[in-house]
Amino acid sequence: MNGLLKKIALYLVLTITAFVVFFPILYAFLISFMTGGELLQGNLFSKSFHLENYQKAFERLPLAHYLMNSFIISLSVMIGQLVVSSMAAYAFVFIPFKGRDAIFFLFISTMMIPWEATMIPNFITIQQLDWINTYQGLTIPFFAMAFGTFLLRQHFKTIPKELDEAAQVAGISRFKFFVKIVVPYCKNSLITLGAYSFLTTWNMYLWPLLVTNNDSVRTVQIGLKQLRTQELATDWGVVMAGVVVVIIPTLVLLFIGQKYLQKGLAQGALK
Amino acid sequence: MKDVELTHLSKSYDMQTEVLSDISVSIHAGEFFVLVGPSGCGKSTMLRMIAGLEDITEGTLTIGQKKVNDLHPSKRDISMVFQNYALYPHLSVEENIVFGLSVKKVPKTQRKKRCHRVAKMLGLTDYLNRKPRQLSGGQRQRVALARAIVNESPICLMDEPLSNLDAKLRAQMRSEIKQIQRQLNITMIYVTHDQVEAMTMGDRIMILNEGKIQQVGPPIDVYNAPANEFVAKFIGSPPMNLAKATIYPDNQTLSVVGRIHLQLPPEDIQRMGTKEVTIGIRPEHLQLATSESQQPGSSKFEVKVSHVEVLGNETLLNFEFAEGNWQAKWNGQWRVNVGDIVPLSLHYSAICLFDTTTGNMIKQPTQNEQHLIQGVSI
Repeated sequence: MNGLLKKIALYLVLTITAFVVFFPILYAFLISFMTGGELLQGNLFSKSFHLENYQKAFERLPLAHYLMNSFIISLSVMIGQLVVSSMAAYAFVFIPFKGRDAIFFLFISTMMIPWEATMIPNFITIQQLDWINTYQGLTIPFFAMAFGTFLLRQHFKTIPKELDEAAQVAGISRFKFFVKIVVPYCKNSLITLGAYSFLTTWNMYLWPLLVTNNDSVRTVQIGLKQLRTQELATDWGVVMAGVVVVIIPTLVLLFIGQKYLQKGLAQGALK
Repeated sequence: MKDVELTHLSKSYDMQTEVLSDISVSIHAGEFFVLVGPSGCGKSTMLRMIAGLEDITEGTLTIGQKKVNDLHPSKRDISMVFQNYALYPHLSVEENIVFGLSVKKVPKTQRKKRCHRVAKMLGLTDYLNRKPRQLSGGQRQRVALARAIVNESPICLMDEPLSNLDAKLRAQMRSEIKQIQRQLNITMIYVTHDQVEAMTMGDRIMILNEGKIQQVGPPIDVYNAPANEFVAKFIGSPPMNLAKATIYPDNQTLSVVGRIHLQLPPEDIQRMGTKEVTIGIRPEHLQLATSESQQPGSSKFEVKVSHVEVLGNETLLNFEFAEGNWQAKWNGQWRVNVGDIVPLSLHYSAICLFDTTTGNMIKQPTQNEQHLIQGVSI
């Protein structure tokens, strides 16, 4: 009896907190179906169900094009980060070389430097390479991240070193060992890192703003900003419709990857 | 068929202290060679050096007349079984077994054939599609073994492969490994800390302590004539009883803390040339003193029993003697109570003597109960 009460109380608290946390998104979802007039009245629910806001959002902006850009960029960064980080982590764990730990600590100490601080040199580099308004300018600076390498290294370290030695005795090449043993063994961490890097890239705002000045490769986050400032009085219904469209991939990814995300991040933390 | 030859092999991690020093031994083709010693004696390091997983600081290692000091592990024609089996968790038993074969350019049909043959030999046929985590400890051990022998390498290295198994399974696997080795006629180099494994499996054993060779030889020779005090204590269960003793050349006797007095042949006194010795006697040579056991060369002494273990087929008596705990092993079941005073006798021919300062053996026992079955016809 006591246990049941406790459970009910717990779920009540959880439901309330979930509602509070989720409220902005929920409200944005509701607003996206309202007309401007209804919104100004401060209603929570619209009396009728309008889809014009969505239509307007797609009309006013090349939203589909932006979504495609965001998708390409996020996917490229995800793949790039997975490849670069996992290979770097492999080297830091399985290949002994002089000063390995020192280099590793130097490498992860870059996590302490905020991204914004390196923005200007990065921008100059991209400019010199003539990569403004290109996909590579938007993606390549994010391939080598200390966080990803760190996360994967911690998991790679849990692989018994006898597995590596057994592979050496059997004559299995390093690359085959990496692909056939290490990657499947650390599947969880790789999925975690993949989801994480996809989401961060998807939500990135400042860097795409800096290195794009036309619509060709511009991402959806900047599109949202454009929706807001195009007219004198912002049509919030349309903005929210845009927001809902933009967060759908994020939510889908989160629902699929949630289990792995938790597991993978905790794994990195504990071991 | 390849010999493994170690010549003045040394290993040091910091260039100051040596983990292994001056190891010279020749392991013959087709031999079951056991490296045994307490933990931290360097036996695993030595095995890993032979495998090529550890650098050789000094000395040379040859496999089949070829110097292999700097050869990659895969080029040494060896297979290896690790203590924790090192199975790939996401691969099935079959994939685990054949994983190494793909590199050796063995054709696919051949791979499958070899895998099934080995699996049959080890009773794994029904488990080929399972993952390692769905197997018991003994089955995992068999998979590791299968992976090693499927390569058909002439040399197989094993690093404490049985230490994760329970006692019953261990005894079973001991004989299985030995049989497989004989069947396939491979050179086996086997590391263990368990002297029972060493005694029962090895054609020859090498006892290591603190990075130095203590003794190399067939297990029975090592048991009967331990080269020094360390080997005497390490090999045999229960271990050999040791105590300080003094030789009195004037009346040709040996005395152990004034309680045992043994008559010594004059030539032995001459040969040994020292007065301070350590006496060693196997527990099975300490027998109950009876009127018949009073013969020349034997000594009788009384002890107070501190602990008794009746094992069914034998009885172990523990008692305090000199500064240590001694044990006597009698055949059969004996009703002895703690605190009883028991008369024991020992014979000069059964004892070992060691030089107390160097620890080396100076007299080996001449009385060993060796039995031979000759010409028995049923």
